[in-house]
Amino acid sequence: MLNALDKLMLEKVADLHEIPQGAYNIRKNGAGVQRNTTANIDIITKEDKSGIDVIVKPYTKGESVHIPVIVTEENINDVVYNTFEIGEYSDVLVVAGCGIHNSGSHASQHDGIHNFFVRKGAKLKYVEKHYGQGEGQGQRVLNPKTIIEAEAGSVVELELIQIKGIDRTKRDTEIRLMDNAKLVVTERLLTYMDQEAESNITVELQGADSSAQIISRSVAQDDSKQEFYFDLVGRNKGRGHIQCDAIIMHNAQVLSTPKISAYHSEAQLVHEAAIGRIESEQLIKLMSIGFSEKEAEDTILNGFLK
Amino acid sequence: MLEIQGVSLETDGDNRVEILKNINLKFYDKKIYVVTGPNGGGKSSLAKIIMGVYNTTKGKILLDGQDITTMNITERARLGIGYAFQSPPRFKGIKVKDLLKMAASYNPEKVNICDLLYDVGLCAQDYLNRDVDTSLSGGEMKRIEIATVLARNLKLAVFDEPEAGIDLWSFQKLAETFKNIHMKYDTTIVIISHQERIMELADEIILMSNGTISAQSERDIILAGILNTDACACSTKCEKGVGQNVECIG
Repeated sequence: MLNALDKLMLEKVADLHEIPQGAYNIRKNGAGVQRNTTANIDIITKEDKSGIDVIVKPYTKGESVHIPVIVTEENINDVVYNTFEIGEYSDVLVVAGCGIHNSGSHASQHDGIHNFFVRKGAKLKYVEKHYGQGEGQGQRVLNPKTIIEAEAGSVVELELIQIKGIDRTKRDTEIRLMDNAKLVVTERLLTYMDQEAESNITVELQGADSSAQIISRSVAQDDSKQEFYFDLVGRNKGRGHIQCDAIIMHNAQVLSTPKISAYHSEAQLVHEAAIGRIESEQLIKLMSIGFSEKEAEDTILNGFLK
Repeated sequence: MLEIQGVSLETDGDNRVEILKNINLKFYDKKIYVVTGPNGGGKSSLAKIIMGVYNTTKGKILLDGQDITTMNITERARLGIGYAFQSPPRFKGIKVKDLLKMAASYNPEKVNICDLLYDVGLCAQDYLNRDVDTSLSGGEMKRIEIATVLARNLKLAVFDEPEAGIDLWSFQKLAETFKNIHMKYDTTIVIISHQERIMELADEIILMSNGTISAQSERDIILAGILNTDACACSTKCEKGVGQNVECIG
């Protein structure tokens, strides 16, 4: 059963105050603890390895699947392989957060390897939130891998959010878009103290008239380090746009490596990248309406990461 | 009343330039002042000195007798000084309504932010949920900037070229709005402007050039002077067609 700490973790990573409506699978410290399926969404435990298959029937509309993972012990090294079959012309929300509470001195790690098959004409919104807490020295590590095959006419929206408490993360995201498929990726990342984060996003525009938009915003504070690799590959007529913005503070480091590769004369690819401090004019504006410098800074950062 | 006593401002660094030279001014309660004059004359620097964005090199600033010379921007804002930027900054991820609510948060009265937008000529339903970022035009930014100052209950509000980028149609509304806040909160208003129509609102006009106050008087006297003389920032020695050296040839 879930205790108060578990519920707090669920709230942080999945905005859940209670057990969710619809389909869900809650995994705690390396094992499934609660599950619910619906008439349209089935969840099956994999037999050959750790993980689940989530199967959304074609034409399922307006349903959600929550698959939060909570880690509340030290020395956990949990790897899961989850496969998602998003049926033709369905429209669903998948929320897959991970919260780690580590009070111990040993690292706790969760690596979620997620494979999505978004079938013809389907709409998927996938939200992944990462959150960590705990007083111990034990590191909180999350290395997710997300692979998405977006079939013709599908629409995929991704929200990848890591705001607090994850010491190390290496995030790999690979997406392939077929004819007329549309993708929007929103990435938000905050690192502080000596945290390190790496994010690799590769998007291939394989089908004709596919489009991709990647908006990455990050804030690096204290002695933390961030590395970004974006690769947008145009193999057909289509449009792609990467926009990455980082606010750098204190002694932090941010490395951003953009790459756009066109293998088709009608591929239109744009990359915009900026790293910089908070603009002093923004601080002055907020201070001139009565905010302290600290309040102004927090307000600017909160907006930026929203 | 805001008093500026013998205020000077110099730039930092090796080549010090005096931007403001021994300025003495009194802004009395409930009056509207328009500061005008050629570009580079020190008008915006005066505004920034009042808000605390720049620190004075010499002199004192008093608000209702209280010395605020060493106070920072936040402290001055909380005492009731407001400042509308000439080029307002943009914020990623902050909505128009958030910014206006923040601005209104120190106002003890309840503020209707939709009415504020109306007062600056923007339709609330179109703008409340827009981000204050590069998706807004320069004119829209200026109006929202003015609204953030209107949201506050101020003793003194400084507007730095509020009319820049605002279309003619909205201009009249803007002029009315200045009158209204003046009435509502008894705010002393200082407007930096080049527009005759704005100058017509003034009780007094202050003419600034080369970092000094070159004239200060009742509106009609100064206005007549400005309109009659072809007030040019160029010195009399400066003539068109005289400069023929290499620097002038494109």
